[in-house]
Amino acid sequence: MALVENGGRQATAAPTSPFAIELKGISKAFGPVQANKDINFAVPRGTIHGIIGENGAGKSTLMSILYGFYKADAGQIFINGKLTAIPDSQSAIRAGIGMVFQHFKLVQNFTVLENVILGAEDGPMLNSSLAKARKVLGDLSREYELDVDPDALIEDLSVGHQQRVEILKALYRQADILILDEPTGVLTPDEADHLFRILNGLKDQGKTIILITHKLREIMEATDNVSVMRRGTMVDTVKTAESSPESLAELMVGRKVLLEVDKGTAAPGAVVLTVQDLKVKDEHGIERLKGVSFDLRAGEILGIAGVAGNGQSELLEALGGIARATGKITLNGVDLPLTGAQANGQTRREAGIAHVPEDRQHLGLIMDFTAWENMAFGYHNDPKYQKNALFMDNDALRADTEKKMATYDVRPPIPGLQAKSFSGGNQQKIVVAREMEQNPDLLLIGQPTRGVDIGAIEFIHNQIIALRDQGKAILLVSVELDEIMSLSDRIAVMFDGRIMGFSDPETTNERELGLLMAGVGGKA
Amino acid sequence: MNKLPQWADVVLVPLVSLVLAAIVAAMVLLAIGQSPLAALGIMVDGAFGTAAGWGYTLYYTTSFIFTGLSVTVAFHAGLFNIGGEGQAQLGGLGVALVCLALPWPHWSVALLAASLGAAAFGAAWAAVPAYLQAKRGSHIVITTIMFNYIASAFIVYMLVDVLRPAGQMDPASAKFPAGAKLPTLSDMPLLREFFARVNADGTPKLSKAGEVMYSNVPANVTLFIAIAACVVVWALLWRTRLGYQIRAFGKSEAASKYAGINPVKITMIAMLISGALAGMMAINNVMGESERLLQNSAEGAGFIGIAVALMGRNHPLGVLLAALLFGFLYQGGAALGLNTTIPLEMRLVVQGLVILFTGALDQMVRMLLIWLFSFGRKAAA
Repeated sequence: MALVENGGRQATAAPTSPFAIELKGISKAFGPVQANKDINFAVPRGTIHGIIGENGAGKSTLMSILYGFYKADAGQIFINGKLTAIPDSQSAIRAGIGMVFQHFKLVQNFTVLENVILGAEDGPMLNSSLAKARKVLGDLSREYELDVDPDALIEDLSVGHQQRVEILKALYRQADILILDEPTGVLTPDEADHLFRILNGLKDQGKTIILITHKLREIMEATDNVSVMRRGTMVDTVKTAESSPESLAELMVGRKVLLEVDKGTAAPGAVVLTVQDLKVKDEHGIERLKGVSFDLRAGEILGIAGVAGNGQSELLEALGGIARATGKITLNGVDLPLTGAQANGQTRREAGIAHVPEDRQHLGLIMDFTAWENMAFGYHNDPKYQKNALFMDNDALRADTEKKMATYDVRPPIPGLQAKSFSGGNQQKIVVAREMEQNPDLLLIGQPTRGVDIGAIEFIHNQIIALRDQGKAILLVSVELDEIMSLSDRIAVMFDGRIMGFSDPETTNERELGLLMAGVGGKA
Repeated sequence: MNKLPQWADVVLVPLVSLVLAAIVAAMVLLAIGQSPLAALGIMVDGAFGTAAGWGYTLYYTTSFIFTGLSVTVAFHAGLFNIGGEGQAQLGGLGVALVCLALPWPHWSVALLAASLGAAAFGAAWAAVPAYLQAKRGSHIVITTIMFNYIASAFIVYMLVDVLRPAGQMDPASAKFPAGAKLPTLSDMPLLREFFARVNADGTPKLSKAGEVMYSNVPANVTLFIAIAACVVVWALLWRTRLGYQIRAFGKSEAASKYAGINPVKITMIAMLISGALAGMMAINNVMGESERLLQNSAEGAGFIGIAVALMGRNHPLGVLLAALLFGFLYQGGAALGLNTTIPLEMRLVVQGLVILFTGALDQMVRMLLIWLFSFGRKAAA
């Protein structure tokens, strides 16, 4: 039923314009910041169109304007050749636009079906809507490989399946134009491939897809055309087939970028960290880390690969003194406390462990604190930040922050600015600067470049290599396989709370790691 | 941007809230057939028109500064201490026990000892909810409310069965010794002249013995301690390591754990400081004014402290100003009851409206201002 209506509308709209979306002269300012400057941009119907750009380039703002979250200061939006006003997301949905957010907007304890009809019920009684949705969902899954059990609870579904529910939600609302924001961040390589197959199926049915991503590889694989944004402007739109990752990266950053990390061979020294049979239970008593053992040497980067949620976070938290654990952790020959009051972030720092947490906004920074206040976070007991027994030396802290901001190229270099006012990449640089400048023996670093732009990624990677070359031990946790493979001297793959195996980055490949990440050899 | 400039957030939002509260209060007055302007005139004159008026306004202000600071400190640790009322009553017990213990030689010694007693008892009363929150996760809002009731019952027991002198009918402690009497503003040499009573023609009122007569006001030396407490709390929160940890913990418990800040320790310390501040209010009212411990000594100041902290944006300077406003409402409201047929309950209505608008409807006012600001920006563009 829904699909028939859908097709009918397309047929009437088709002749007016070859473009599903056309933006003319879109501008949007937030205070003094010009987030979008005179954007002109058109997406041909029935194509997959990539949008790339560094953080803060204005991609999200542009898509938010398209989806009715923001109102543009100037400019016009044409949907299928027709001038359309989109004051709110309801209008966007009516115009046939569907959005799949990076962070899913699903009710965890509702079934798939209930989530799909939520906000699109036909009346106060749900039975007829549910029956209709069940039928539509059945048709959609057959057509596009979008198979999801309609009666499963969201909380029981894998991340990949949850994403499919989001796509189904948009299709149920008869979206012709689907916008996906960083859709592969949480997927295994296999799940990502599956997603791209779905997207191609949708494209073949005449749907238009906009893919926002920072992964150049995905742009090259999946898109027909790609638009590059930089500092609020649309720099260029090119045919993907006629471009290369290098040229796109250069367009994004405005200068030549080294995509491959340039590192010399490692010279591992003595063992710094020994982890034996480490186990961590979460607050519900469920074992998340099920006995992990490894050694880490000075001057070595051990990369922990794996799909998010397979115990990597718990490993970092146990090492960082945040989570209680059993087993044994030895740093420079000294056993670290794993339970009790002595197992905390302070004693770990004193022992020589610095920790760049996976979630900088939730753990690594106090978002309402200024940059200089954050620069002392975790090191607030350090004598160099104390004026006397009573007071902290805020002036010294500000000066120290200013210096580190210069070294780590934090922009804007204003110590008094609140952490939340910095872009993601610059927030990360603040955390990285704070932790690396402590001259630790062991650096724990989780998702060092999540949500960080290409220019900053290059910088952070070089800092990690430089620290290794100073003879520090580095434990790198990342869900980005490219990052693991280019930085690590040794790779451990985690699945379901265990290390599935160690690999040599020189000889392994993505397929092999992908299999280990999917638990092949463990439980399938 | 969907944000207000900082000056607007700090100054304009409370001010507009206040004006809105005043408008609604005016409508209530009109509805009962009174002139709002005349009422406002009487309130302002009663609170600020005379030295004696100031003496009462500042007395209330002093109490509200302490309870406002109490809520502020807890708030920065992410804890909502609703138990100021009970902590202030226990502070009163501490003051009474200290004052009645010795025939104090000088008020300054008595003040020091009574301050410690007030702070210790207030802190002790906050310690149990704090411990239950830190160790057991029992919600501090619930436990502190319950502790208000326990405090009130406990004080009645203490007054009726322990502290009441033999032969006295009303449930109150004995009067404190003369050595524990705090100097009021009208007792202080430099300030005394302000409180000289004058005749209608401006000449000083003289007693039968031919001496100048002075108004006695309850505002006392505790006012200066309250102002000093504002400075101390500011320095504590924004200049010390402890304050840094309190604020970090209040903003994000997860991040604090990452930084190795001990949640149990910070919860306990913040609540002990908060309870001590609420308890110290008792040196103003119990030691400075009633000079004996009465039932229900805090008289709701513990709850007013919540509104004061909200309106003062949880900053000591804001608390100081908001406490002055509520002091004005208290004293002005009393004047209203004294000089007009407007019932005394009207001051509760006005206070309620101020709390409603500055506290509960704060976000509504902010949205309104954000909308107006974006409108202004568009017009300017």
